[in-house]
Amino acid sequence: MSEELLSIGDRIIAMARPGEEVEVVVGRSSSTEVRVYEGEVEQLASATSAGIGVRVISDHRQGFAYAGSLDEDVLAETLADARDNATFATPDEWLGLAEPDGVAVPELDLYRESLLKASTESKIDLAVELERVLKAQDPRITGVDSADYTDGVSEGAVVSTAGVRASSSETSCYVSVSCVAQDGDDTQTGFGFSVGRTPEDLDISVAAGAASRRATRLLGATQPESGRVTVVLDPYVTAQLLGIIGSTLSGEAVLKGRSLFADRLGEEVAAAGFTLVDDATNPLAYTSSETDGEGLASRRNVLIDGGRLNQFVHNAYTARRAGTVSTANAVRGFSSTPSVGCRALSLVPGTALQPELLAAVGDGVLISSVSGLHSGVNPVSGDFSTGAEGLRITGGELGQPLREFTIASSLQRMLAEVAAVGADVEWLPMRAAGVSLVVHGITVSGK
Amino acid sequence: MRSVVIDEAVVSRVLGTALQTGGDFAEVFVEDKRSSSGRLDDGKIEELGSGRDRGAGIRVVVGETTGFAHTADLSEPGLLAAAEAAAAAARGGGGGVRTVALAGQPVDSQPVLTRPEEVAKATKVELLQRANEVARSKGDAIKQVSASYGDSRRRILVANSDGLLASDDQTRTLFVVGVVASGDTGMQTGRRSIGHTMGFELFDRYQVEDLAQEAAEQALTKLQARPAPSGALPVVIGKGGGGVLFHEACGHGLEADHIQKKVSVFADRVGQLVASPLVTIVDDGTMGQEWGTFAIDDEGTPAQRNVLIEDGVLTDYMWDQLRARKEGRRLSGNGRRQSYKHLPMVRMTNTILTNGDTDPDDIVADTPDGVYVAHLGGGQVNTATGDFVFGMTEAYLIEGGRITEPLREGNLIGNGPKVLELIDAVGNDFEMGPPGTCGKDGQGVPVGDGVPTLRVSSLTVGGTAA
Repeated sequence: MSEELLSIGDRIIAMARPGEEVEVVVGRSSSTEVRVYEGEVEQLASATSAGIGVRVISDHRQGFAYAGSLDEDVLAETLADARDNATFATPDEWLGLAEPDGVAVPELDLYRESLLKASTESKIDLAVELERVLKAQDPRITGVDSADYTDGVSEGAVVSTAGVRASSSETSCYVSVSCVAQDGDDTQTGFGFSVGRTPEDLDISVAAGAASRRATRLLGATQPESGRVTVVLDPYVTAQLLGIIGSTLSGEAVLKGRSLFADRLGEEVAAAGFTLVDDATNPLAYTSSETDGEGLASRRNVLIDGGRLNQFVHNAYTARRAGTVSTANAVRGFSSTPSVGCRALSLVPGTALQPELLAAVGDGVLISSVSGLHSGVNPVSGDFSTGAEGLRITGGELGQPLREFTIASSLQRMLAEVAAVGADVEWLPMRAAGVSLVVHGITVSGK
Repeated sequence: MRSVVIDEAVVSRVLGTALQTGGDFAEVFVEDKRSSSGRLDDGKIEELGSGRDRGAGIRVVVGETTGFAHTADLSEPGLLAAAEAAAAAARGGGGGVRTVALAGQPVDSQPVLTRPEEVAKATKVELLQRANEVARSKGDAIKQVSASYGDSRRRILVANSDGLLASDDQTRTLFVVGVVASGDTGMQTGRRSIGHTMGFELFDRYQVEDLAQEAAEQALTKLQARPAPSGALPVVIGKGGGGVLFHEACGHGLEADHIQKKVSVFADRVGQLVASPLVTIVDDGTMGQEWGTFAIDDEGTPAQRNVLIEDGVLTDYMWDQLRARKEGRRLSGNGRRQSYKHLPMVRMTNTILTNGDTDPDDIVADTPDGVYVAHLGGGQVNTATGDFVFGMTEAYLIEGGRITEPLREGNLIGNGPKVLELIDAVGNDFEMGPPGTCGKDGQGVPVGDGVPTLRVSSLTVGGTAA
């Protein structure tokens, strides 16, 4: 099937004029989304979509156009649009397509025929079962507002006049569930996931257990007093934090003066136990992929090594401008030009599971979820403030549930104050993996 | 029909196919969207882009089950295949061929004076360059400037098994400036945006130079900012950009899908006092050319002005086709979707707090100590508990009834029903805020909001200062 996408790319680059660099990204995907409510299918959506993005660079100017279609007439029109758009761009000597760099493309086995063979009925059954198992977890679970099964099959190809000719195909699926727990007048909510490449990978009990635990353990939550505390971040919260830290290490942010770590390469920016890796070659990662958005082979990049800032991530453009090589961190769909981003972040785990971390902390707050990351965290200034829910840690044990408070610090300070990384790595349907994280010196704002 | 080239007879046959397995309701949504954009960053016009998305989404409802399929193939065979897929997803008991007679609805789309697609690309590029020059001229502390321009023309057609046939032609134009300033205490950012449901005449109404200057001043001001306080304080929210407070504090909780699943603190509370008597909240998709305005929603229902809370009393929720059918009540024009690839759901349009009668200066003067928030960022809410956060991107300390020092960024946290009760002053200076994108269940739609100056007697400010 990828051959077909590659051949579409071949046909467009064959239309390149002398002196013109042309890159074509072709994508095609199909998905199934099932939502179950009270034992019945509430929504069942199945869809196929496809499209191309064309990038033209001539006279050091770049233009781009995309179309959500693979119709023959649209292909030529899209190239023409991109070509026309290029004439209005400012010349930039660093512009250029990614060049093949000889790094071997890893074979990651991300495409499973068994997903394609799974019947719609079996997918519905998974969601129905998920809802049933969650309701049976605890009598205080009074509602399951959504129990979803989602999967996708995606194929992509990148073909360019610079000699790139790469294709990839992946399957992925996950179940997710969210619920309400009630006790008297008190209401709390919880959610859980399980991710995989094929339905057999999914573990309903993990998703249901997480949702039930998240919701019920917050029942009776009160607003805490304000003060400075040590926090233990639940794996899901850590994953969200890693995503923000990853954005500050983008070569684009560095070159354009938007990274707070721009001039700190080689310096200690985090506690010694903090090693941050971006590795899309790890097949356990939900976002693993054999190639990046410019068709270069995925590779393992150690961004922060034992607290020391080791490297930034780059695509072809930012690498050339920074005088280095692409780290295969071009991130895009067919409807955009390649930006720079981390692709599959994780922390090198420590040795302690969460109960041991809590015991070591003694007194503090476990943060079970955060909200408002997009509104209260500024990755340029480093200011960090989010809404939070969690439980008080007293004498090394979880105690009073807490809600309606914020946690605040700065990204710089939080990295420096990391006291421990847990052993409980959790793969999530996002670009970063979760793990428990202990951080000192966080301001809690409550009453 | 002129808006999206597709034959009425074809639509009718597609609906018939969608109902062949015994559906209670079927709908065809056709979308043809063209967009163009330009981005300046780091002093360079980095990119002009253009895009086209065209396709149809077909849904079939049988009992409580919705089947949905979409396709980029607008030929009759392509549409029929999608209709069959949607029908298969929602299998009913009955069957047989049904025909649907369609009745076209008159629709007045929002006016467009200058079609953006007819404006030379060079003119759009010049806007970006002018914004860049003005922002950079504000001093050496300005280290980086980005500006982006975007326009889109979205033509939709909706037909359903009730015989509805309606179309709309929606043009939106947007401009954003972002600035980074650097000083002794690190870097700070400033941002300003404008956007309306109109064409290129947007730039007759607003000057990009003003936007650039304001974004630069915001970043420069914040270089002097001190850490925000931590704890519960009176918070005054300035006119305009504070609408996201109501979007989060009660807007999402008044969406009928959350109500029907009882995951809203506002369920079963119509007719009750849920807010301070100073509070009247309206969701209004008809406001002239605002960002969340349209002629018909994505289910073909005309936009409406819906009063949600009147003088503190909860009057109604917002509805889409599915939820309104279930309760046999009228549609409110809140059925929206990101694109033909998405199912519609209950969404806000332009959500506003109406004017009170207090002089805004008096509200600040009557606040001995607190925080003044001039501009809010986004927010997030848990509708089941009512707990919500929203970010302050430009805020100041209030000391002795006067606005004093700028504060660093942070989130504010509160509980929707509690905060609505704690609104103890509403000004008479209503203004719409900047264009927003509301995200729900993975779908983003354009929304507007607006407020006059107002005060919440106590909100938890999430800063780091003692």
